Amino acid sequence: MKKLATLAVGAVMAASPVLADLVIPSLSYRTGPYAAGGIPFADGYEDYFTLLNERDGGIGGVPVRVIECETGYNTEKGVECYESTKGEGALVYQPLSTGITYQLIPKTTADDIPMHTMGYGRTSAANGDVFSHTFNYPGNYWNGASGAINYLLAENGGDLSGKKIALVYHNSAYGKEPIRTLEELSSKHGYELSLLPVDHPGQEQKSQWLQIRRDRPDFVLMWGWGVMNQVAIQEAANIRFPMENFIGIWWSGAEHDVLPAGDKSNGYKALAFHNVGRDFPVFDDINKYVVDAGKAAGAGDQVGNVLYNRGLYAAMLAAEAIKTAQGIHGVADITPGMMRDGMEALSITEEKMASLGMPNFGPSFDVSCENHGGEGLVGVAQWDAGSKTWSLISDFAATDGEVIGALVEADSSAYAAENNIASNCS
Amino acid sequence: MFYREAGDFKTTYKDDNQTFPIKFDRYRYYAVMFAAFAVIPFLINDYWVNAIFLPFLIYAIAAIGLNILVGYCGQVSLGTGGFMAVGAYACYKLMTGFPEINLFFHIIISGGITAFVCVLFGLPSLRIKGFYLAVATLAAQFFLVWLFNRVPWFYNYSASGQINSPERSLFDITITGPNADAWAKYLFCLVFLTVLALIARNLTRGTIGRTWMAIRDMDIAAEIIGVNPLKAKISAFAVSGFFVGVSGALFFSVYLGAVEVGEVFGINKSFLVLFMIIIGGLGSIFGSFAGAAFLVLLPVLLKNVLVGGLGWPTDLAAHLEFLIIGALIVIFLIAEPHGLAQLWRVAKEKLRLWPFPH
Repeated sequence: MKKLATLAVGAVMAASPVLADLVIPSLSYRTGPYAAGGIPFADGYEDYFTLLNERDGGIGGVPVRVIECETGYNTEKGVECYESTKGEGALVYQPLSTGITYQLIPKTTADDIPMHTMGYGRTSAANGDVFSHTFNYPGNYWNGASGAINYLLAENGGDLSGKKIALVYHNSAYGKEPIRTLEELSSKHGYELSLLPVDHPGQEQKSQWLQIRRDRPDFVLMWGWGVMNQVAIQEAANIRFPMENFIGIWWSGAEHDVLPAGDKSNGYKALAFHNVGRDFPVFDDINKYVVDAGKAAGAGDQVGNVLYNRGLYAAMLAAEAIKTAQGIHGVADITPGMMRDGMEALSITEEKMASLGMPNFGPSFDVSCENHGGEGLVGVAQWDAGSKTWSLISDFAATDGEVIGALVEADSSAYAAENNIASNCS
Repeated sequence: MFYREAGDFKTTYKDDNQTFPIKFDRYRYYAVMFAAFAVIPFLINDYWVNAIFLPFLIYAIAAIGLNILVGYCGQVSLGTGGFMAVGAYACYKLMTGFPEINLFFHIIISGGITAFVCVLFGLPSLRIKGFYLAVATLAAQFFLVWLFNRVPWFYNYSASGQINSPERSLFDITITGPNADAWAKYLFCLVFLTVLALIARNLTRGTIGRTWMAIRDMDIAAEIIGVNPLKAKISAFAVSGFFVGVSGALFFSVYLGAVEVGEVFGINKSFLVLFMIIIGGLGSIFGSFAGAAFLVLLPVLLKNVLVGGLGWPTDLAAHLEFLIIGALIVIFLIAEPHGLAQLWRVAKEKLRLWPFPH
């Protein structure tokens, strides 16, 4: 206890300077087993705000201050990061981890800080009536599952009956998310679903792929993250599974996932809720104001990667929500509560994205009090091993809202009943 | 000069056998207890509780539990993470199944359930020892994590397999959930830690602790002098399981609030708690506290100094943290293989002689 006291006195806590700025915490992970995915996302997220500061002098005249905190994808460190940054006036949290998200959903609600879990986290948070401070636009896992099935339906002339689909998933909250949707859709479309869990971190998948080799499913879907993706693609190549029948979720479709398998990964597909590549005007500005000025986050070598673009997209949506909030409340230096209103009134249109230098970067969508998940449009990207590029082969298309809506309603109302949550919108 | 037995007269056997025979130690202990119960709760905020005190208090309970098994009874265990998971899931099932019963009792019962599971996995210790036992407990670790991931009943069939702790209160003060006050969570865990530490201290000083130590030092000799190895080993597993279960239940319900078994109670947790007692000192209650403090507080301190104070990049700081803590562990163990508790003991011996060492 004595030691504790000595250490506690020695702990230097960063005092918060009282300046007008928009504080954006970046709960990143540049270390640990999932760093390969965490680094490009964190770089893209920070670079976009640097761009806004350098080019426009912040948002609405107020500079953005990004506070980075390393979580290592670890929930305990995530708690520490949340507690250490929330007092600084953090506007929005994006933890990029399903585990930390689950933990922060009640905490952020109690502290009146919004959280944006873009394409991850708790899917039923799309029901804004129950989850007042959690947003998961523009798409969630159930949209992803349905998007993959819709894509396969289109490829197979609208009929999947009698086909066998295997789901290789990370055996955690994250990987289990799509199962219920895929089961519902399987009874609707008549395909046969088999489930193959892979334990953290996913380096050992021999038995799963042996089973795939034996069962010969027509299609394999994958919910993987980190090293699991690379191993799965390598194993698929080893058993000569046709890559064009192998579709990963958006977290299983980055450059570093497919590169280790070399040419054999050619044709591998992944879902996408935003565009890929660096063929957008915004990248000229990023090069001019951020990279060439030596202000890039991290090593600055991730620009244009799939996950860098995702970080960029997340930052763009946050910046647009800040603008919306500033418009609603008529204040430039907004509070987290105002930020929540801004996110709830967010509307992303094609013109808006074009004016930001990001034409067709993502789907256009509107957020409302009831719907925190957007329209859930999902596209498909394919890897070309020859030119080492991803390209969007199917545009953002609608998913099975009927099935997903019912599931969201069921799961969120169970949560509301468990936690005595009153309706947020009425 | 001021730190010695001389002049502190004791007239009863009870006084003579007390935990802190030296007056200075006793006052220091009272001062620490006073500060912990009556000063700190008024000073802390969310950050101090959630990032520093809660993990320290809860890990200290787990470390005391493991120390009873490994340090006092000599049975190596690598299953701590799995046993903490038993406590957490038992607590979750009890909290959701019997919401009318108070959380306090749920945590005690969770400890009891964990004690039972721990005894089951401890049965092989009657036949196997040392590394072989470590492997058997390692199997418990993997089996339990697999079980909680595999059987949906344990997580009430939720879609994601996560367990979330509902809001519960004690004397109308919210203890769990997002609306709980920092001081309430802190005091709740502190009460558990204080009571359990007192129990552990007194168990290890009495007959049962002596039988554990006899088994640890040489089991054949212990058997010859009349120690029943079955009773000694099983009781050590049970008591240790109880402590670890309580810590797991608190870890889930009060500290994290939402848990995913593979991520939170994986093999890393087993190693972390084992490192705590090795660094702190095997066979010492104080060592459990010191080890938990070392491994919980130092990373946070380093992070705050390197990132908050010096403004270094977070990834560099995170890597340096590993380096510094690893190096400190090596240096500590070379300088003092018996851990921080031994350093403390040596310091006290020197203080007794000071200022006239000869």
